[in-house]
Amino acid sequence: MPAQELHPLSKYIRKGAQPHTHCSGCGNGIIAQSFLRAVDAAGIPKEKLVCVAGIGCSGWIPSPFFDVDTLHVTHGRPIAFATGVKLGNPNLEVVVFTGDGDASAIGGNHLIHAARRNIGVKVICVNNMIYGMTGGEVAPTTPRGVKTTTTPFGNLERPFDLSRLVVAAGGTYATRWTTYHVAALVAAMKKALTRKGFAFLEVLSHCPVHYGRRIGISDPVEMMRWFQKQSVTIEKARGMSEQELADKFVVGEFVDIDVPDLNQMYEQLFEAARREPD
Amino acid sequence: MPRARGVYIQMEDEIASIGSVIGASWTGLKAMTATSGPGFSLMQENIGYGVMTETPCVIVDVQRAGPSTGIVSAPMQGDVIQARHGSHGEYDIIALSPSSAQEMFDMTVRAFNLAEQYRTPVILLADETVGHMREEVVIPKGSSLTIINRKVPSNREEASKAFLSASVAPMPVFGRGFAAHVTGSSHDEYGMRKASAPEAIDKIVRTINAKMVPHTSEISILEKTMLEDADTVLVAYGSCARTAEYVVKQARQKGLRVGLLRLIGIWPFPHEDVKEALKSARRVFVLENNLGQLFPEIERVAPEGAETVFLPPEIIGTLHRPSYVFDQIAKEVG
Repeated sequence: MPAQELHPLSKYIRKGAQPHTHCSGCGNGIIAQSFLRAVDAAGIPKEKLVCVAGIGCSGWIPSPFFDVDTLHVTHGRPIAFATGVKLGNPNLEVVVFTGDGDASAIGGNHLIHAARRNIGVKVICVNNMIYGMTGGEVAPTTPRGVKTTTTPFGNLERPFDLSRLVVAAGGTYATRWTTYHVAALVAAMKKALTRKGFAFLEVLSHCPVHYGRRIGISDPVEMMRWFQKQSVTIEKARGMSEQELADKFVVGEFVDIDVPDLNQMYEQLFEAARREPD
Repeated sequence: MPRARGVYIQMEDEIASIGSVIGASWTGLKAMTATSGPGFSLMQENIGYGVMTETPCVIVDVQRAGPSTGIVSAPMQGDVIQARHGSHGEYDIIALSPSSAQEMFDMTVRAFNLAEQYRTPVILLADETVGHMREEVVIPKGSSLTIINRKVPSNREEASKAFLSASVAPMPVFGRGFAAHVTGSSHDEYGMRKASAPEAIDKIVRTINAKMVPHTSEISILEKTMLEDADTVLVAYGSCARTAEYVVKQARQKGLRVGLLRLIGIWPFPHEDVKEALKSARRVFVLENNLGQLFPEIERVAPEGAETVFLPPEIIGTLHRPSYVFDQIAKEVG
């Protein structure tokens, strides 16, 4: 194939790893491309990038398709593994790809503690509001009333607001966008990649097969229009009542504060220990 | 640790501890974690991940009395089978059994060497008595220690070669441009996920088991005390071996031909070597602080016609009383 016909991001794709495993119409492709655009724009060399994947469809964004070091781990634990990678080699850019179930059900503990300790790991949380890979079971993010395979009469529980959860846990950078808001998503990813501390990038993603179908929107384009229509910016949301926000998606930057990250703290500790007499 | 630019971190739970240890190992570092029974139970899934991804690391389990929270600081050797089979699936693992504070030090070094040599998690299976005791420990100069480091590929071409082999492939650690693809799912010999091909998992299971078995004698060492002429042999490991050693000395003073076979490494179980060591024994007493977790392995290789007796302490969760052990032996010998 002549060079000019190659996709500009094809250098990031592992040879021989195709075909991918995503359903047609999945939001993962948009997230994959957004991320690679951000990596390219941030100028991160491939050999410095480590992608840690959890269990769920989101894990298949980098694994095995990205031509970088990838660590595809046990269910719910990618942030814990990523913490070890980042502490082991602070020069690496460590990015976690996780889903809403992976990050907030089985792995919820690791998420809040990573936010609290400000470990410089970037977490891309693909929130499709359901367990997609296993066939559409209720997740901690499924809105009330939604009928899933495990809540055939409707979900009774209140969903997590993941970005606000991260803020409450002490997170220093958290954003929420959707697969409709590609430009804002790429910008947020690029910003996260150029910051030092912990970053949480929640991406509301359309899963037409296991979520859209259950709420009466099985067409992926319609799902994205739904994201467009129902999204309100965090600034605008401040002036709205709880009732007005009930079926809305609040998008934007939830927090962005500059606090020394854990690797910086260790560097200071090493320096202090070196100076201390025996 | 900070003076050596080493990182110590207390994670939120034991699942996270072993996870971050494995993550750190993939950056090329040596990493370890330590726990006791309940934490060891929590770690099991990720220990299996370490086995599947051939990740060198060390897990110290100071066994306490269980099941469950049991008794925090009572000796029991209840995790022997768990160390071997605690994670799901078919796998092999290395477990060492220290009997003293000195051995806690020496065997930690050795555990790292074995982990690096065979690219596998290694378990230092101590028990409460050894974990809590205070003894003199000689720490040798770093330069006098034998240190083994994992093999690492020299370039991406070497890293992208088929790696599933019993001869232990170089580890494509992160950050060096190898684009390593590491997965706990079934994969082919190039690391690519093959989750629906039984042939792939068959190859993995056979290969990761075959890499240690031929080296069992080097990994799982035995210590023989006064075995040459012994007709009665005590077999023990960990803190139980200390009582056994005392009883052997006592018995010798009384003219009884008693010897000790101490298992320094217990997994992979050294069947051939134990069989050889026990071949002249007429009576074999197996001392364990449990209801017989290693006993079946020893019984399998004890000489035909020999009397093989399992001997737990009178009260599980306490140490064997030497006089009790002596009486049992003397009664049988008598």
